[in-house]
Amino acid sequence: MQNRRSRAKSDDEQIFLSRVRPERWENPEPRNRYDLAIVGAGPAGLAAAESAAQLGFSVALIERNRVGGNSLNIGSVPSKAIIATARVYSTMPEAEAFGAPVPNEPALEFDKVMARMRRIRMRISEHHSAHELAALGIDLFFGSARFAGVDALLVGDTRLHFKKALIATGARPRAPDIAGLDQTGYRTSATIFDMAALPKRLVVIGGGPLGCELAQAFCRLGSHVTIVQKDPKFLPREERDAAEILSWSLARDGVEIRLNTKVVGARRDMGGKTLKIVNSGMESTIQADEVLLSIGRVPNVEDLDLETAGVDFDTDRGIKVDDFLSSTNPNIYAAGDVCLELKFTNAAQSSAGMAVQNALMKMQQQKSGSTIPWCTYCDPEIAHIGLHVWEARQQSIPIKSFTVMMHDVDRSITDGQHTGFVKIHIAEGSDRILGATIVASRASELINEMAVIMNTGIGMRALAAVVHTYPAQSGAIVLAAQAYTRLNENRKLGVRRRGSE
Amino acid sequence: MGDLGRISDEALIVRLQRAAFSYLSDYANDDTGLVADTSRQGSPCSIAVVGFALSCYPVAVRNGWLSRADAGARTLNILRFFWESTQSDASDATGYKGFYYHFLDMRTGRRVWQCELSLIDTALLIAGVLVVGCFFDRDDEREIRELADALYRRVDWRWAQNGSRGLSQGWKPESGFLHYGWEGYNEAAILYVLGLGSPTFPLTPTAYVTWQLTYQWENLLGRDVLYSGPLFTHLFSHAWIDFRGIRDAFMREKASDYFENTKSAIAIHREYGERNPYGFKAYSRDFWGVTAGDGPNDREVRSRRRDRRFFGYMSRGVPYGPDDGTIAPWGMLATLPFAAEAALAGTRRLLEIYPQVCPEDRFSSGFNPTLRVDAGGWLSEGWYGLDQGLLAMMIENHRTGLIWEIVRHCGYVRDGLKRAGFEGGWL
Repeated sequence: MQNRRSRAKSDDEQIFLSRVRPERWENPEPRNRYDLAIVGAGPAGLAAAESAAQLGFSVALIERNRVGGNSLNIGSVPSKAIIATARVYSTMPEAEAFGAPVPNEPALEFDKVMARMRRIRMRISEHHSAHELAALGIDLFFGSARFAGVDALLVGDTRLHFKKALIATGARPRAPDIAGLDQTGYRTSATIFDMAALPKRLVVIGGGPLGCELAQAFCRLGSHVTIVQKDPKFLPREERDAAEILSWSLARDGVEIRLNTKVVGARRDMGGKTLKIVNSGMESTIQADEVLLSIGRVPNVEDLDLETAGVDFDTDRGIKVDDFLSSTNPNIYAAGDVCLELKFTNAAQSSAGMAVQNALMKMQQQKSGSTIPWCTYCDPEIAHIGLHVWEARQQSIPIKSFTVMMHDVDRSITDGQHTGFVKIHIAEGSDRILGATIVASRASELINEMAVIMNTGIGMRALAAVVHTYPAQSGAIVLAAQAYTRLNENRKLGVRRRGSE
Repeated sequence: MGDLGRISDEALIVRLQRAAFSYLSDYANDDTGLVADTSRQGSPCSIAVVGFALSCYPVAVRNGWLSRADAGARTLNILRFFWESTQSDASDATGYKGFYYHFLDMRTGRRVWQCELSLIDTALLIAGVLVVGCFFDRDDEREIRELADALYRRVDWRWAQNGSRGLSQGWKPESGFLHYGWEGYNEAAILYVLGLGSPTFPLTPTAYVTWQLTYQWENLLGRDVLYSGPLFTHLFSHAWIDFRGIRDAFMREKASDYFENTKSAIAIHREYGERNPYGFKAYSRDFWGVTAGDGPNDREVRSRRRDRRFFGYMSRGVPYGPDDGTIAPWGMLATLPFAAEAALAGTRRLLEIYPQVCPEDRFSSGFNPTLRVDAGGWLSEGWYGLDQGLLAMMIENHRTGLIWEIVRHCGYVRDGLKRAGFEGGWL
């Protein structure tokens, strides 16, 4: 049985690798000059390459590791596969409340969980495999790239000339500044999905999206998880209420929460790994079998010889680009994590599309004009789009939020998923929607309705009249809009009544 | 409900008010004047409770529970202690830069539990100091006024800004300023007003504006409200400041005021009790009061086919939570100045069904009927000073407006309010 499993793992992994980094790949003979040379075949690089190729431009795509970047290999795809298993597993004890008790104590087979993850990754890799890219007419080069001038790149010894270039090298996990942690050993998003066994004790350092997602997922799978966050709340980018609901959800699942706490040292001992932590000046220790470091990501700007190309950069913020994604060299653009503050797959893809349009089609698409939704895939999920309340207030925009609690939404009640809310932020005195925050079981889906609404400029009045299916969790969005119209109708009636008195 | 159920509303609230006040007297140290955080054995002093106690001495005088001379002597004892106690950056001092540590040893007045030098708790203490400084206005009460003035002037609010635009929540000698500040509307208005009003080390005007940038104006359960979840956050600053009719820039923009806002918050708490989304026992329009307070401690219980998780002492809120079915039994009555009918209806119903929440006429800090302990629900042991002090003050404000009237005439508070941009009404 074990052999069969190992073989399955091996088969899936071999197919996966044959797609993202074929063993016997031969780099193509370079053309005289490419319309577009792209460094990095992650979400931004792939989106740009496919878009440019479909428009009929000659494209060179250079990847030093695997096609697909973080998202496919070590990010969104594997983490969501693990989270899906954790969700299923965690709902089993709750089945009794639905009148469907599970007869036996559910068991978890971690190797099967990981095998499923690898299978899913293999399947999704099909869409952007090296051979598929070649079939699109894209010249795919594997190797490390560096600039050899303002209009040329070197891949090994091969020189590629370009009219325009796009830097899409992404970002990598930030290295720790914790004494002894390097020697003690730790995992990052790049290595956590290689674990062969479920750790009994997992310490997650960092309370950003990935840290929270994996803390909850591994806790649900059966690890004793402690999450250490230096800030007073998780997800510093999100609003307080959303972050607090996440805190309680993690606590409910059994995650041990250490907020306002810093890890200042690490050592290996007989029992595993010992982390020294400090909270408000008080020191203590926690034990772990595995440590996951998730303290943010830094852009990949090293080893590119950017100075040679006249491209300004910063090792912390990445490539310096203007609103049109052009670098300080007007023929070189950047897209994705290497230059954006929002390091999300969808933001990377969107910026890549813009960069291609601006570089090759002489268009003037501005990154500031795009409205990017994002989501943290905990349970409940936390999603946001547009302005935050504090951002609007900093800009002196009077803002008001219309909030509907998920426990007041019929579909949430029937599904037993009543934690969370929908908040729609509007410019006060108008029905213009400035942003939305959603905390719900499937906030990642609901926020996309808000993306459509905001991108098409629909206001609260029109939204209130849009008929939705019933029952649906998206009913919360309509209820928020209807609260707006009801309030305004009442105010008008009040004015009329006062006028007739 | 016993005989509490048979007496008039006025008799009921006076009796509960006197019992609440008596906590502040019963659990004070005779030498230092410090008042215990809770009635539990070995409890340290909470400086905030001392602030409430000081504010309640004029209440006791007015109601004839203490003679003016007795109240003055007790007040003087406390003020002398705070003036003479150690102010330094030593880890066991009583305070530093005019601020005080959150918890102090009842007997020695030294810092305990490695707690923080607390900005908000110092503000609550100093609010009480200013109340007595205004109330004791006779010639032979001059030392009270002088000490009150000196204590206020000594607080270095500007230092507490640590060179930033905002304000941290505290400081520790071991690690410096806490790296978290004030986010969202809450009980801190009194802190900012006192900090801004200082003639010696005032907060910069940006501090208040910076805090207000984090405010959330929401339409929630059918009402517009400046959101804050726990009930107490809508009450603490109001125990001293009468916010009726005075507005800062934020409230002018919203055509409301903070008093009206508390009324809206109370309505939301009642509405939440009525909707009772998590099916907690007893929740209704007349059973509410989700706030900071004692709780059943961390535990998970399977109850009525649901996994329930309960928490210990913590800040609970409505409607975002956390909510584990625990209410503060004193909470409803403390809203008397804002919603007398609702406060009395809820309190009477609570006392009728669960008379155990008010042992010796003093409300417990927390009660959770969903968690069955023996025959009844879970009940917090003993009493908490903050609850008793707030209740005694709020009842007085409802009955006579005494504290509000005193504070209206406090020049420092008026200056602080004006510097925060408040206008109109009694200002």
